[in-house]
Amino acid sequence: MNLTLRVWRQAGPAAAGAMREYRAEGISPDMSFLEMLDVVNEGLIAKGDEPIAFDHDCREGICGMCGMMINGAAHGPQRLTTACQLHMRSFSDGETITIEPWRATAFPVLKDLVVDRSAFDRIIQAGGFISAPTGSAVDGNAIPIPKLDADDAMDAAACIGCGACVAACPNASASLFTAAKISHLGSLPQGQPERSRRALAMVAQMDLESFGGCSLFGECMEACPKGISIDTINTMHRDFLFASATKRDVKEWSGGA
Amino acid sequence: MTLDAKIPSGPVAEKWEKHKFEMKLVNPANKRKYHVIVVGSGLAGASAAATMSELGYQVSCFCYQDSPRRAHSIAAQGGINAAKNYRNDGDSVWRLFYDTVKGGDFRAREANVYRLAQVSVDIIDQCVAQGVPFAREYGGLLANRSFGGAQVSRTFYARGQTGQQLLIGAYQALEKEIAAGGVKMYSRHEMVELVLVNGVARGVIVRDMVTGEIQSHAADAVVLATGGYGNVFYLSTNAKGCNVTATYRAHKKGAFFANPCYTQIHPTCIPVKGDYQSKLTLMSESLRNDGRVWVPKRKEDCAKAPGDIPEQDRDYYLERKYPSFGNLSPRDIASRAAKEACDDGRGVGPGGLGVYLDFADAIKRLGAKAIEERYGNLFEMYERITDENPYKVPMRIYPAVHYTMGGLWVDYNLQSTIPGLHVIGEANFSDHGANRLGASALMQGLADGYFILPYTIGNYLAQAKLEKVTTEHAEFVAAREAVAQRTTRLLNIKGTRTVDSFHRELGKIMWDKCGMARDRAGLEWAIKRIPELRAEFWENVNVPGSASELNQSLEKAGRVADFLEFGELMCRDALHREESCGGHFRTEYQEEGEAKRNDDAFAYVAAWEFAGEGKAPTLHKEALEFENVHLATRSYK
Ligand code: FES
Repeated sequence: MNLTLRVWRQAGPAAAGAMREYRAEGISPDMSFLEMLDVVNEGLIAKGDEPIAFDHDCREGICGMCGMMINGAAHGPQRLTTACQLHMRSFSDGETITIEPWRATAFPVLKDLVVDRSAFDRIIQAGGFISAPTGSAVDGNAIPIPKLDADDAMDAAACIGCGACVAACPNASASLFTAAKISHLGSLPQGQPERSRRALAMVAQMDLESFGGCSLFGECMEACPKGISIDTINTMHRDFLFASATKRDVKEWSGGA
Repeated sequence: MTLDAKIPSGPVAEKWEKHKFEMKLVNPANKRKYHVIVVGSGLAGASAAATMSELGYQVSCFCYQDSPRRAHSIAAQGGINAAKNYRNDGDSVWRLFYDTVKGGDFRAREANVYRLAQVSVDIIDQCVAQGVPFAREYGGLLANRSFGGAQVSRTFYARGQTGQQLLIGAYQALEKEIAAGGVKMYSRHEMVELVLVNGVARGVIVRDMVTGEIQSHAADAVVLATGGYGNVFYLSTNAKGCNVTATYRAHKKGAFFANPCYTQIHPTCIPVKGDYQSKLTLMSESLRNDGRVWVPKRKEDCAKAPGDIPEQDRDYYLERKYPSFGNLSPRDIASRAAKEACDDGRGVGPGGLGVYLDFADAIKRLGAKAIEERYGNLFEMYERITDENPYKVPMRIYPAVHYTMGGLWVDYNLQSTIPGLHVIGEANFSDHGANRLGASALMQGLADGYFILPYTIGNYLAQAKLEKVTTEHAEFVAAREAVAQRTTRLLNIKGTRTVDSFHRELGKIMWDKCGMARDRAGLEWAIKRIPELRAEFWENVNVPGSASELNQSLEKAGRVADFLEFGELMCRDALHREESCGGHFRTEYQEEGEAKRNDDAFAYVAAWEFAGEGKAPTLHKEALEFENVHLATRSYK
């Protein structure tokens, strides 16, 4: 296959960026999208050009490191598929492909297609955990967990933190990411003691990070490579409202008054 | 220097308890005065950093990814072993210990393995408490499965994403400690040098991968949790960024490298498609529970569609050679058998490098629905990559490099030969001997990080008499200077070949000569050839861009430069070990096609000391004693 690529190039966080055009020739339909970029990059280096910077690591759809807008869609045209698992057979010979970084104020571009997603880590820091210091645990079978609850928790816990939900959202909201963690931990008995505090703190941090609000457009769910359900956002809203209504939690979380 | 493994005295089952009691403790009020550096944020690194912070130490943690949650532990699919005996099927700490020593082909240290089996039960409890959503039965209790040929069901799992869920659990604990101020996290920072002061590990030099700044970090102890070196083969199931730099830099500063030739080749990976291939994808070993492995009996049939090859013309070679374990034979045996079939000209698919993994019988027996329930996500992943539907045509699989049992030598306290430098998880050599059993990597990473290192590091700190050291110490200044020079050198070569082209060439040498089967002539050739390639690299590599920016070519160049030295060390180890054991198969040493160990001459850990640039490394031996599991030939027939 021979393709034309239109790629966002930006030298650094403060530099201005622009779209540049490249030819990708002799591409096999069995290549992954990132392998196609590898081939283009080897050509660029040979010509004395700088290769296109993009984030990636596992290349098997689980680490969440890769991510780019491909023809306007987060991770490209194939549903439930990360960019690293997308294959060139999803495109046709002669096509022009537009490749851009995630676009969101909370995800500043570092270089070309590489963005800074550390805001996600800070949302988890705010409350995306169960406090269980090492050594303090009871036997794993001491608290039975209904299979369906464990399954719900696993569905939400499948999030890979790639940021596609933010990139796909017209408001650049991080609601699906945050809600997935709140739902995962809230589905389990171990997650109950901190449930209200978690909802208050994570939602507050999400707002602090200049993500947009959620209007339940549902684009996030369409773009999510792991199929995280938008129902998790309802759970997040419920937990947040419940926690806000319970004065005790609000006071405790904000340090008391 | 003689190697002292510092194994506590007494019966194997009592060593750890006794040692825990005898270790010195750091006064709680003093813990915050100690600063520990952890490099790597996978299962071992994240769990160690979080736990040490909970104890009160000041921790700095570094990872090369954009977040600690990306570490490659995340990709483990199958599960984690623990001797819980929840199935009442005869499992015990003793049995897990026995299986691991035997599975490792009697090349692991008994005391360490016993301790691993002991703490395995605590790991599950810890992870459940953190909210890891393990699979459950309808009664609400934890589910188990049998895995990788084990005869008891001791594997805990979270769908096909066990590594992900365990890592996210450890990551969340780490983020909790970051918020609490006990851990300072440095993402997108790569360790490029270890710093010793008076022979003791006191810090690291790292490169900020966004700005290019070379930074010094001083501490009272350094912990490496930087994973394995499988990417020396270029193609492996490791993440693209996995590298040997941290451990190899430490090796050059005096840490002995143990058993580098022990590499694990996983039998069920998707075969290579073309020269553009950038990595290999593993299909969970659980597929072998229901899939049958075969190749055509006759070479002439290889090009035919599998459906056109009648039953009597198929060779179900694992079932034929190993009737009692059949398709569930251990990884090293299944991998080698696939290679033999392909070497025999009976491989299938492009280049003849593949064998069939066929579900037709299982689908007939259990129905497509049941198979979909068990393996639906794996079948989908296979189809996404290969464009073939495994419900209709058999999968094609081929072995690929997956895990490295070798690593930096550590004593019972997980300390390397450099005082103050501790090594945990896949980065050390300690528990798996010459072959790792399925679902044991996650167990070891978390055992080291949650339950072993946090004790032993206290014992070290309580006794070490450490002078105050700042990053302005002459050793730090010199290390920074050396890093800067090396970087400038790499950028100034401006040759004609890309970093990747060197990496691919090295990988091919390693795979051909130091892969699934090795022999003297091939290894000797590689030991001659690798230095030539290295010399060419330093004359002819082209690293574009500058040092003071995000520069992925420069990152890769530094890693490949280290692989080019490390690959030679691996070949030397493989050459010196004139026996076959576990993942190390020397074609000269076999009996009726099976690996032949030589316990009289080689029942030891080979620990290599760096002897200087261009010099052959010095071999040190730690004799292995088997007091509890008696040396026996591993047979799966
Ligand atoms: S590179 Fe890991 S998910 Fe794509």
